[in-house]
Amino acid sequence: MKAFARLLDQLAFTPARNAKLTLLRDYLSNAPDPERGWALASLTGALSFDAAKPGFIRKAAEARLDPQLFALSYDFVGDLAETVALVWPARPGANREPELPEVVESLRSASRREVPQLLERWLDALDATGRWALLKLLTGGLRVGVSARLAKQTLAQMGDVPVAEIEEVWHSQDPPYGDLFAWLEQRSDKPSAETPGRFRPVMLAQAIDEATDFSRYDANDYAAEWKWDGIRVQAANEGGQRRLYSRTGEDVAPAFPDVIAALDFQGVIDGELLIFRGGHAAPFGDLQQRLNRKTADTKLMEKFPAGIRAYDLLMDGAEDLRDLPFAERRKRLEIFVTRLKSDRIDLSPLQPFESWEGLAQLRAHPPKGDPEVAEGLMLKRWDSVYEPGRPKGPWFKWKRDPHLIDAVLMYAQRGHGKRSGFYSDYTFGVWREDSNGDRSLTPVGKAYFGFTDEELKRLDKFVRDNTVERFGPVRSVRADRDFGLVLEIAFEGLQRSTRHKSGVAMRFPRVNRIRWDKPAREADELPTLEKMLD
Amino acid sequence: MAGFRQLLRNTPQGLYCPPGNFHIDPTQPVDHAVITHGHSDHARAGHGTVLATPETLAIMAARYGADFAVSSQAARYGEAVTRGSVSVTLVPAGHVLGSAQAVLRWKDRTAVISGDYKRRRDPTCPPFQPVPCDLFVSEATFGLPVFRFPPSEDETAKLLKSVTLFPERTHLVGVYALGKAQRLIRLLRETGYDKTLYVHGALASMNALYEAHGVALGSLAHATDDTRNALPGEIVLAPPSAIADKWARRFTDPIPAFASGWMMVRARARQRHVELPLVLSDHADWDELTFTAQELKPEELWITHGSEEALLRWAALNDISATALEIAGYEDEDE
Repeated sequence: MKAFARLLDQLAFTPARNAKLTLLRDYLSNAPDPERGWALASLTGALSFDAAKPGFIRKAAEARLDPQLFALSYDFVGDLAETVALVWPARPGANREPELPEVVESLRSASRREVPQLLERWLDALDATGRWALLKLLTGGLRVGVSARLAKQTLAQMGDVPVAEIEEVWHSQDPPYGDLFAWLEQRSDKPSAETPGRFRPVMLAQAIDEATDFSRYDANDYAAEWKWDGIRVQAANEGGQRRLYSRTGEDVAPAFPDVIAALDFQGVIDGELLIFRGGHAAPFGDLQQRLNRKTADTKLMEKFPAGIRAYDLLMDGAEDLRDLPFAERRKRLEIFVTRLKSDRIDLSPLQPFESWEGLAQLRAHPPKGDPEVAEGLMLKRWDSVYEPGRPKGPWFKWKRDPHLIDAVLMYAQRGHGKRSGFYSDYTFGVWREDSNGDRSLTPVGKAYFGFTDEELKRLDKFVRDNTVERFGPVRSVRADRDFGLVLEIAFEGLQRSTRHKSGVAMRFPRVNRIRWDKPAREADELPTLEKMLD
Repeated sequence: MAGFRQLLRNTPQGLYCPPGNFHIDPTQPVDHAVITHGHSDHARAGHGTVLATPETLAIMAARYGADFAVSSQAARYGEAVTRGSVSVTLVPAGHVLGSAQAVLRWKDRTAVISGDYKRRRDPTCPPFQPVPCDLFVSEATFGLPVFRFPPSEDETAKLLKSVTLFPERTHLVGVYALGKAQRLIRLLRETGYDKTLYVHGALASMNALYEAHGVALGSLAHATDDTRNALPGEIVLAPPSAIADKWARRFTDPIPAFASGWMMVRARARQRHVELPLVLSDHADWDELTFTAQELKPEELWITHGSEEALLRWAALNDISATALEIAGYEDEDE
């Protein structure tokens, strides 16, 4: 348990993704089986316990420590699990320290009545970090910033294999992943991935480089379709095994029972998950209401009905189409989807075009209807096979130009990692007029990338030189009619939001340019921004 | 408290001993001062006379210049000095180099003022010496049951492990210039780490002073390299305020670490953007505070600077007569 607890502890303090990966890799390379498998499962959410309620943990602690001392401690620390972990009186030599597999296996077989005794025995035997890790594990909230994607990349590094290979076998493996580690350590062959309904690693597109790619590639070799603003999904039904995966292979089925119910086919579709209203795609914000949920209730599903806009077919029945050219797969997809006659699954239409110039016109002025809410265009070579990863050449994405506004820097906060000494997170605002005709700035978003290291230095200096107030790690910066720094902000979309004072929320805001030259009073006004609402 | 008021009382300048006519660690200039140790909130400049250990006097001279007081008198550990009708003896407190408890004997009574102290091993100063007493005035910086510090060796091991895992990054450790810096250096040397350690300029004079008092620190160099991406794979020690500031930018993708008892609590580490918290304190933790009070079994326990409330509650639960003294002007460690 000690090594696992140390790992959780360090992951919790480490913001940088690469550093997390290093920590995880070190642990997985050194911890024994089956401990590391259970650790991996609990980190990726494949294993979670709901074995202890906060009330019970608190009562157990107060039985060991005077309630008044406990209250003073809790007041200082602010987190219940951490307080209990810190104040729990040690009983040196009371018990052997439990190992993670023992904890996991005991919890799986223990009755609810037995859990309290088990927990107290373990708490007696562990040190403070161990107690903290145990309590986090038991209350089902590790939250140390390890995504399934990061875990898979770590495994890929460990075994020196492409991450697509991990994704391919992942869903056929169960914790504690003995076969997977054996393969990555070259002690056995690659585990079989031939499970019905398994995830197939997806093919991704490169961003097109307008300066060079159009002269290099022939427009006749490519098909174009709109780039839908939802999330990429893979929908499978093989022998009754219905699955819905995100593009990294995470199972999103529990949040979309309406989509799962619509998978009345045999095969695997690649497409965009969207909210459909009268056969039309709704903006991304609507889909967001349904994402990152464990379940969906009827009311939510009625209000935000989800479906799939299909653009590729990987399996047609038992036939694997991935080695066929796109043109072939497309024909098969059209037949496949048409036969379904589903109001939840439709076809992403191809957009005919004559030349790159013609396509550029279409991108700038999309036709009425769904293309207006598209993120841009996708270009796919007619002869491209379905190749996992992000190969250069066969597929391109060509995003619409972002929205731009001029906003004024209002607050800055220090960053993490490489930027820990710099004020690198910027809250910006636009002008708003109140009923008396007075103009004041209202914050509309926060951006923390889009600038070079050199620009960051200048921005940091500006923040330090023009600080008006400090609130903990945040500084407010002078910003008024006569003085302030204008940032040109690029963003992908704008939604109404009740959580923000300004009433709007941006998608992917970033600093496009720093307008050292522009007077603050000439920055944009809220009504200008409101016209850009999706 | 009433029984000892003739010997010791709280004044706006700090603790005062009327029969000896001196203050202990006064927070403002006074005529006669007894100083327990060299941290600046306890040892201020501008007093008339100062009585302290030779090491503490040296620290004060290094910090404030030789004229830090009108006159000073050195008392070695265990040497009794008479002030009025009171005998004053300084005995080791185990906090930092030269740190002492003040033992006051008057008529048939003994009072011990702990100053700042700790009970665990410190390779840079002699250990805390328990003195039986009627009145014990205890510090309470970490006077909450949440503060039970892990073995120091675990924390140095954590630092060295991180250096191995991230050999391309600079480990930037925030340390207090007097005591913590030298203790961490000694603890690292004891593990066999003999590479050069890089130090911020603000730590140099105290390092030199410790060396002059026989605490060998090994190979040290100034972290003055101001080129970008300096010192990958090295350990750099700096005052806590420097680790998240402009000064830190010269290093290679630095990992901010901080050696302090406050690192026991996650929120404290996060507030400071610390990525590698090292729980290393020169103060007594909860177990040491309560163990010491029980070991000495004083007739009365006075609790000063820190979290008095929890210790008062603990004393009540353990039938120890205790009072909180509110002395203004002492700071939290490293804050």
